[in-house]
Amino acid sequence: MNEPRSPYGSDPDLAEEASWVDADPEMLELRAEVAVDREAEGLQADGAAALEQRRQRRYLIKALLRSPTFMTGLVIVAFWVFMALFSTFITQSPTTTDPSVSLKPPSPAHWFGTDDLGRDVLARTMAGARTVLIIAPLATVLALLWGGIIGLVAGFYRGVTDEIIMRLIDVLLALPIIITSILILSLLGKGTAIIIIAIGALFTPVVSRTVRAAVIGEREREYVMAARLRGERSAFVMSREILPNITQPLIVEGTIRLGYAVFTAATLSFLGFGLAPPSPDWGLTISVERIYLQIAPWTVLFPAAALASLVVAVNLITDGLGRTFSK
Amino acid sequence: MLRLIGRRLLLMLPTLILASMLIFALAEVLPGDVGRSILGQYASEADVAALNRELGADRPLVVRYATWAGSFVTGDWGESPILNIPVRPLVMEALGNSLLLAGFALVLIVPISIALGVFSGLRRDSWLDRTITVSTLSMTVIPEFVSGVVLIYVFAVWLKWLPVSALPPDGSPFYDRLYYLILPAIPLMFLELGYIARMARVGTVQVLAMPYIRTAVLKGVPRSRVIFGHVLRNAMVPTVTVIGSQVGWLIGGLVVVETLFAYPGIGKLMVDAAQSSDVPLLEASVLMVAVIYMLANLIADIVVALLNPRIRKGG
Repeated sequence: MNEPRSPYGSDPDLAEEASWVDADPEMLELRAEVAVDREAEGLQADGAAALEQRRQRRYLIKALLRSPTFMTGLVIVAFWVFMALFSTFITQSPTTTDPSVSLKPPSPAHWFGTDDLGRDVLARTMAGARTVLIIAPLATVLALLWGGIIGLVAGFYRGVTDEIIMRLIDVLLALPIIITSILILSLLGKGTAIIIIAIGALFTPVVSRTVRAAVIGEREREYVMAARLRGERSAFVMSREILPNITQPLIVEGTIRLGYAVFTAATLSFLGFGLAPPSPDWGLTISVERIYLQIAPWTVLFPAAALASLVVAVNLITDGLGRTFSK
Repeated sequence: MLRLIGRRLLLMLPTLILASMLIFALAEVLPGDVGRSILGQYASEADVAALNRELGADRPLVVRYATWAGSFVTGDWGESPILNIPVRPLVMEALGNSLLLAGFALVLIVPISIALGVFSGLRRDSWLDRTITVSTLSMTVIPEFVSGVVLIYVFAVWLKWLPVSALPPDGSPFYDRLYYLILPAIPLMFLELGYIARMARVGTVQVLAMPYIRTAVLKGVPRSRVIFGHVLRNAMVPTVTVIGSQVGWLIGGLVVVETLFAYPGIGKLMVDAAQSSDVPLLEASVLMVAVIYMLANLIADIVVALLNPRIRKGG
């Protein structure tokens, strides 16, 4: 609360000057002229900056391509994305039942064996990637969007706005996420869209904390000050000046949340708050088939291994990104 | 110290009240017409209105919240409309079972993860260090029901070392209960292992770089005393902080593990209540979990303060 509420920061002279700039009509005219000049000059400066930025981006991508952790994770995730999209064209049908081959162990006809209804476990394991790869990324995008906006606003304005937003966020975090999501899903009903929105909403507070911290680190920099003195609107400063400069922490936060979103989505469907049979979703399959663990472990262990590989792969990507960015 | 605890307890109160409002809002406001949802869509308007009056669902929201919160505080938690028995003994018994499982898991988690972390910190950047770090972190990110089914398969189905169920037959002695809890406790341990071991490792690496460790080594203090007397003690503070921050994950893990092992704890009770739309039971169990969660965080803060004289004295 000690923070001054002026968006011009803690320097009283600067704040005064800024208000004077805002008020004086002559100054407004001058500013308009400067804006025209700036456009001409700006093109050159922007060109150099863009070149520098592109060079830095190319360097980062090269470093990532050389990181074994990142590449391992990327290959595994790419494999599951491919399977989620095209597995139905490659494998047998994940939903066709055949009682005559119920609970058969792995064989040349069914590489991963068959489940209680005689469905091909290989086909179901591959197709099971789909639901989790729809829910988790969309939930992450929602959380990044909402958390990004809230974090930008809280970090940019500070003061009372910040205080109120952060208190509300503390309350949302007063319960473990899995419990709040069970509460929401049991009362609002199940369904993919509700799961996506629930996970997105519950991850928003954490994302907004990260974004807020990053914004606070940037808001006192010269370029932000310059944009304000130029008379840019707050929304412009937030979205066009600050946001491009916090993309790295935002990307890392996004991959961290993606890992947790896969975890949470799978857990919710294991607990019975996700999709309904006959969906080949991994969490659901493990929950339904686990009664056969003693006589037909392949029905459970293959989807379990698949889910484990996806979660670990997302975390490898996070780790690789974090290491490369912090260098 | 007492002032610190008192201040934290006071800070807990508004959060708890807001959390209870959140639970109340989710449970009672969002579903809409309570009477309609109990009686179903074919009941007459008059019957629905009568039931709503009987349940008090036709009163203003503020009154309903105050009545609900008031009766919760005075210990009247209502009756489950599905099971037709009072909610409180049900929740309390489940809570006891969960605390036993969580406590047992913590007893396993803390020494094992700290030992692993300190061990890999002492052998920094060796292949052993890398193996420990990668495998503990992988265990942490894998959902507990996945590691749970694999563990059941390996230790109960294949090797037959441990029982499949989490509860011994009635009338078994207490140590038998613990024996049956080993298998459910391991996925919970995995869930926490990565972060705690990582903190212990970082703490160890930092402490090892301190001048006083070099002094101790140079003046000929035995290695075991350097490790137990200096390294372990100073690496503990960040580690305990992390254990405290992981309580939420432990509770989330309890929900899943209890469901997987059909263990009658608060997590399974909550899932069952949610599945059968048993609102009073759901509200009471979620609110109790919130209370426990905040108390656990408070205890973690107190332990950190006790370990760190700067916080303890500054209180």
